[in-house]
Amino acid sequence: METFSQSFATAFAMLVTHDPRLFRIVGLSVAVSLASTAASALIGLPLGAAVAVARFRGRSVLVVAMNAAMGLPPVVAGLVVYLVLSRSGPLGPLGLLFTPPAMVIAQTLLIAPIIAALTRQVIEDAWSEYRDQLESLGSSLAQSTMTLLWDTRYALATVLLSGFGRASAEVGSIIIVGGNIDGVTRVMTTAIALETSKGDLALALGLGVVLLTLVTAVNVGVHALREWARVRHG
Amino acid sequence: MKRLLQGVLAALVMMPGSAALAQSQYIIVASTTSTEQSGLFGHILPAFEKDTGIAVRVVAVGTGQALDIGRRGDADVVFVHDRAAEQKFIAEGAGVRRYPVMYNDFVLIGPSPDPAHVSGGRDIAAAFRAIASAQAPFVSRADRSGTHAAELRLWKDAGIDIAAVKGPWYRETGSGMGPALNTASGLNAYILSDRGTWLNFHNRGELRIVVEGDRRLFNQYGVMLVNPDRHPNVKKDLGQRFIDWVVSPRGQQAIADYRIGGEQLFFPNAGSDS
Repeated sequence: METFSQSFATAFAMLVTHDPRLFRIVGLSVAVSLASTAASALIGLPLGAAVAVARFRGRSVLVVAMNAAMGLPPVVAGLVVYLVLSRSGPLGPLGLLFTPPAMVIAQTLLIAPIIAALTRQVIEDAWSEYRDQLESLGSSLAQSTMTLLWDTRYALATVLLSGFGRASAEVGSIIIVGGNIDGVTRVMTTAIALETSKGDLALALGLGVVLLTLVTAVNVGVHALREWARVRHG
Repeated sequence: MKRLLQGVLAALVMMPGSAALAQSQYIIVASTTSTEQSGLFGHILPAFEKDTGIAVRVVAVGTGQALDIGRRGDADVVFVHDRAAEQKFIAEGAGVRRYPVMYNDFVLIGPSPDPAHVSGGRDIAAAFRAIASAQAPFVSRADRSGTHAAELRLWKDAGIDIAAVKGPWYRETGSGMGPALNTASGLNAYILSDRGTWLNFHNRGELRIVVEGDRRLFNQYGVMLVNPDRHPNVKKDLGQRFIDWVVSPRGQQAIADYRIGGEQLFFPNAGSDS
């Protein structure tokens, strides 16, 4: 129990003393998570929406594949990206291994399927509800898709949040492709793993408290934005 | 909050640039968890960076994995502790030349109740035999690290074929030194550790050093440049400057100066034939 109380004290002390190293780690954590969520949204939203409204051969296979890809183990994603970005791999000449962009790529591989699969479900539900209406208005499939994406934006915000949550909590892939280099690729989760390795459990848990606080703050922010928009637009 | 936002913005701005900065003054050193987690790098690297202006990015993994990172050309320098594996690395042309840098020693860690009655001894082979015959819980790294290689050598020295006799008492965790120590602490098990990581380890529980001082517990570290002929991306000059500094009187002194609680962790021995 002592470790628990100590970790809260540690977390509080780190936050009030404005430890610059902590802020750099937190900053990189948020930046990497945001970048991978944004990249995943760019891929996942259109892909999920397209699969929801389009009818083509092999569609159900694609739907199952997208759902299954949500369960991709982070270590496997990390390993694949590592092998691709390694100097001995196909994209080796880019020199991206052990840099933050490599971490974003690995996390996008993990999160894009989540956003695509959940978006597909959200849009498909809305599509079955509004299809007749939209078709009677004579809107094309592309226009309908855009309308549906806009109409379900609150549900999709939750989808993006779950992607962000997964990104910020993830350690398996980024520790492989980032290397947990101090000052370069060390983020909250890899720092927690490192302090656990050192047996400094109070500090590790303290960092965990900081991370949780941060993720909660992001969620509160999105929630507030949503409420504000709901009141404003009805 | 403002500081945090600034941090996020700075990181976002720097992110795309970090790849483009690949030509700037830094090297990647693949090393072992013991050098990183003991705090040694945190102590000597600032001095090197100040002397040369070259930043060092340390990827800390087990010796086996560090050598693999070097083999793939993903690091400029490897800094590890498994002489046999290092010589193989050189022999196969993955590295240019091996430089001995420093040594410390392994220690046998065990729980206070000491079920195998090995505490206070200096004969590591006898201690390993006692643990095996008592079937006392023993945690093995089992991760192809330098410490794992040393542990396997010690079982052999003790005349024990560990692959044949291992039972539920022999726990193979496949993890780094710190996590394995956490496991040993939870199980009250015996474990072989490098002294540096042990000294810097906080979650000891009932664990303490039970056997130390045997010559067979010697732990030599070596440093090697990854072969630039095989991987043209290797920063040959910067990497060699790091190696030259580490084996120079200044680098050797920095290593000797690193202490935890007054205790010296690593003993420089560049130029020796270890």
